Amino acid sequence: MAKRIDIGGLTAFYGSHKAIEDISMTVEPRSVTAFIGPSGCGKSTFLRTLNRMHEVTPGGRVEGKVLLDDEDLYGPGVDPVTVRRTIGMVFQRPNPFPTMSIYDNVAAGLRLNGSYKKNQLADVVEKSLRGANLWNEVKDRLNKPGSGLSGGQQQRLCIARAIAVEPQVLLMDEPCSALDPISTLAIEDLIGELKERFTIVIVTHNMQQAARVSDRTAFFNLSAVGKPGRLIEIDETERIFSNPSVQATEDYISGRFG
Amino acid sequence: MASITPIDTPPASPAPPKPAKSTGRAGDKIFLGLSQGSGILLLLLMASIAVFLSYRAALAVSKDEGNFFTTFDWNPAGDPPVFGIAVLLFGTVVSSIIAMVIAVPIAVGIALFISHYAPRRLAAPLAYVVDLLAAVPSIIYGIWGALFLVPYLEGLNLWLDQFLGWTYIFEKTEVGVARSLFTVGILLAIMILPIVTSVSREVFLQVPKMNEEAALALGATRWEVIRLSVLPFGRSGVISASMLGLGRALGETMAVATVLSPSFLISMHVLNPGGGTFAQNIAAKFDEANQLGRDALIASGLVLFVLTLLVNGAARLIIARRKEYSGANA
Repeated sequence: MAKRIDIGGLTAFYGSHKAIEDISMTVEPRSVTAFIGPSGCGKSTFLRTLNRMHEVTPGGRVEGKVLLDDEDLYGPGVDPVTVRRTIGMVFQRPNPFPTMSIYDNVAAGLRLNGSYKKNQLADVVEKSLRGANLWNEVKDRLNKPGSGLSGGQQQRLCIARAIAVEPQVLLMDEPCSALDPISTLAIEDLIGELKERFTIVIVTHNMQQAARVSDRTAFFNLSAVGKPGRLIEIDETERIFSNPSVQATEDYISGRFG
Repeated sequence: MASITPIDTPPASPAPPKPAKSTGRAGDKIFLGLSQGSGILLLLLMASIAVFLSYRAALAVSKDEGNFFTTFDWNPAGDPPVFGIAVLLFGTVVSSIIAMVIAVPIAVGIALFISHYAPRRLAAPLAYVVDLLAAVPSIIYGIWGALFLVPYLEGLNLWLDQFLGWTYIFEKTEVGVARSLFTVGILLAIMILPIVTSVSREVFLQVPKMNEEAALALGATRWEVIRLSVLPFGRSGVISASMLGLGRALGETMAVATVLSPSFLISMHVLNPGGGTFAQNIAAKFDEANQLGRDALIASGLVLFVLTLLVNGAARLIIARRKEYSGANA
């Protein structure tokens, strides 16, 4: 279920503006990798290159390699639609389909893939909602619209929607930044459970969150405003937060900038 | 230690709380007066139109010797005067339905193309051209319809009759040029296309990016993004756009009057020449009508007024029914 991602020399552009430059790293399967760094350092852009969402933005362009277990996602003939079916994504603001019921939201991805049986669908929906720790809260109102849930519940609904299609990798772009502390805790607990099954990459502004949930942490920085963001270092989370090898990382973590 | 704070203690003398007074700035007052005045003026206008129409209509209907709703004739100058709106109501509704059936899918398609498929360099000029269609005066459409559409639709009519004649609707039982409700419907479709397109386009452009990304991230193709995110979000907007178009189709006068060869017959064979609509009938008869004739035409106008009102009310109901599911609270 979970695959390794090898990124080599990845550079991403918005039109002629270079947003991130020459990033190489390995994301281990069945673990949580956190991206931290100051605003504008390109960590969200980098995350969006991993499921080819970056190129959806007008002018978005990518150079370099992203290997998912040796298969280049940017290779010739690779359909971005297929890539996005293999690599799920959860966004900053909860974005359930507003016109759909809770049930239909979770089933949406499966219906796109088209490979399901009707009685299977109900099972997968239940399993995904249970997997997102949401089942007990919504099991009596599966036919109500998803937009009627609280923010935290909506975000877990989006996670359920993403894991329903059994992706290889789950990308999370600041999934808790729009949520209150209790909902944040619920999502963090959930991330801990999900890493048993998926490769998880999470972008966060909250360093405590990175320290709590991740196994490995990557620190991104940019030398000046307008300059492309770069990967400064990636290591075991414990080391990054106790004894980083680069001074800039230590400065950022101890709150001296950013 | 801090002294006891007087926050919770009531004032010694229970003076009545001052009502929140407006600060009385002149600009606010003028603006309030202007906006209130405009609102009231609009209501007065509507009321006076309604009273005028109802009064004249009542005069006419009381002298009608036939049934105003079921009579297939329009002869207020006769002795006894006999007139009814059955044919007009039928012709208006049928030609508008034909126009909607043709125009709405095409308009939604154009709007989707401009908003989601076309490259930017193409989208802007295309949108402009569609808007330009709305600037053509309706009499020009009428002339074009009569001189171009009518002769060139002959072939289409024969084809429809041959292959879809079994549906009854498309059976052509009378010979004659295509001055039919069907031709009127096509012409009306072209005329309402710009308004339906531009309103739909605006709504489709307003779909929140995060809704579209939700679908994209699940591995949706472009069409699936439209189906999952764009169309549900734009649904009520498309309904409003269609109703705006329907309003124009129901009330269109000159173009219909130029194309249709009026007759007082109801026929579900929409390819047959003949039929009539409210607006066309008023335009054709008003000049030569006597006092009763004009009142009778006004009575038919009142029915059109009510019909438009009902259509708009129905549209509002459809939109409100799905409010819980609308994208507004997302």
